[in-house]
Amino acid sequence: MRSFAPSAPASLALPARRSSYFPIVFSSLFLLTFLGSYKLAEVQPLLLFEAEGRRNILKFVAGMFPPDLSWNFLNLLGRPVLETIQISIMGTIVAVAIGFPLGLLATSSLTFKGILNERELAGSRPRAMLRKGSYLVARAVLSLFRTIPEFVWAFMFVRAVGLGPFPGVLAIGIAYAGMLGKVYSEILEHVNPGPQEALQATGASKLTIILYGLLPQALPNLVSYTLYRWECAVRASAILGFVGAGGIGQQLEISMRMFDFSQVITLVAILFVMVAGVDVLSARARRAILDRQRV
Amino acid sequence: MANSSTRAARLAPPRGQRLFSISNLIILAGFFILMAWSYVGTEFSLRGLLGGESAAQIWTYVKKLYPPDLSQEFLLKTGYWTLETFAMSFLGTILAVLIALALVFFSSRNLMFAGLLFEMERSRPWVRLLRTGLYLGAKSTLNLLRTVPHIVWALILVFAVGLGPFPGMLALGIHTGGVLGRLFGEVVENVEIQPIEALQATGASRLQILFYGILPQVLPDFVAYTLYRWEVNIREAVILGYVGAGGLGQQIQIAISLFLEHRLLTLLLAIYLIVTVVDYLSASLRNRLL
Repeated sequence: MRSFAPSAPASLALPARRSSYFPIVFSSLFLLTFLGSYKLAEVQPLLLFEAEGRRNILKFVAGMFPPDLSWNFLNLLGRPVLETIQISIMGTIVAVAIGFPLGLLATSSLTFKGILNERELAGSRPRAMLRKGSYLVARAVLSLFRTIPEFVWAFMFVRAVGLGPFPGVLAIGIAYAGMLGKVYSEILEHVNPGPQEALQATGASKLTIILYGLLPQALPNLVSYTLYRWECAVRASAILGFVGAGGIGQQLEISMRMFDFSQVITLVAILFVMVAGVDVLSARARRAILDRQRV
Repeated sequence: MANSSTRAARLAPPRGQRLFSISNLIILAGFFILMAWSYVGTEFSLRGLLGGESAAQIWTYVKKLYPPDLSQEFLLKTGYWTLETFAMSFLGTILAVLIALALVFFSSRNLMFAGLLFEMERSRPWVRLLRTGLYLGAKSTLNLLRTVPHIVWALILVFAVGLGPFPGMLALGIHTGGVLGRLFGEVVENVEIQPIEALQATGASRLQILFYGILPQVLPDFVAYTLYRWEVNIREAVILGYVGAGGLGQQIQIAISLFLEHRLLTLLLAIYLIVTVVDYLSASLRNRLL
């Protein structure tokens, strides 16, 4: 999985050594957490070497070969594979449709902070409070959307609107709206404010400022991150079938429950090819978009 | 508006950058076709969603959730399950780091057979073969661990060692081990070359180069990636319960299947709490350690 984790800047300068309790506190807390978790998670490494477990694993591995490549089975998979892709695309679109407006509201430089709003909000306290309020609400909604895993959303949507790909789309749409909205607002907060200020000085309206001063700068990053999330959505929608939300996961669950491991390995192979294909496609598109920005 | 957009078009750089160039139109058309295809294929219904049947169904379900079950007995149990989920994610991440560290140096091209460290080496075919073999072995192991989704790992392990949080923790560790192995590998293959060159010029052995030239460079990134994956793992730990791997997920499955909606809301609040706590811990540790 490709990641957007901030990579640490490799600082060459050694910080001056100062005495601190942090290492001691940290390591003792770490040890305590480790021991507590070890007990809570009922870790029993010996289980792995017990005869029964070994037999089960052997049965599993032996059952995988040869993979089930019969025409009947493969024929069964065509539609779920396409459906998985469709769920990921539609889910990402719904996520953008929900996440983008919320992301704009959750951008502090747009709603209440900074030079864009200074004059406007200087005189009227209630308006400033309202703006700040909508900013906080948007952030809270986004964080609610993204902390509940898409799998749990899917489970609930299946209960609410019934089986099929539709609840899968809603689940991806809601969970990813939370992630997209948060990252969108971070991207928008970090664009160069110069063009926006220049536009404002000409008397442009807020909408014009967003369209001409903000979006052109931020668009490549926004699109690139959305494509990355689409990659993740493909992986996620392959799993959602477990709770009845369509796609290849449904078949995967059936095969697992029937202990038909020759089918499982075929499915995993298909999943691998699908995810790898989407990764390559999306990586190329992202590179093209970001390169274009630099011209 | 029309006026200002023509002005903007005139200001735009000319070559290949026009908004309605042929390539852009093709991309746009392709995008709309994909969208329509997905819209039909997923039985998506915008009308149903905006004020129609589905909206009503969702609203009914939401109303059923409230109020959360806050009886003391259930809260205590929820607290226990929350800690269990936390323990799974914590130990799973530690296991993942151990797996990744065990394999990453074998799966790095620049440590196994290519680049600066091996330029001067006399080529002894069987040594090269052994190195390449080790490299391929480690690389494909990591690929295998990563490709099989964590929920499938969990099913396999539940099958092997029985129900409970232990198989869940193993599944998280194994899958994430593959992911971290690849992320770590990219860091190791992109290290700065100068310190290694300098060490090699002093006649340091390869092991010394690893400890003094490479590890100090890569450790901050390793820590950052590990913390980031921990944030992902707490969410996945919630999911794994679905296949019998303990924690909040298992209870959520029970609550949804048995229509215990008030309990479901309590469990959702617990997820929100634990995920937020882990995100916060991870962020503050990142700031503190790096």
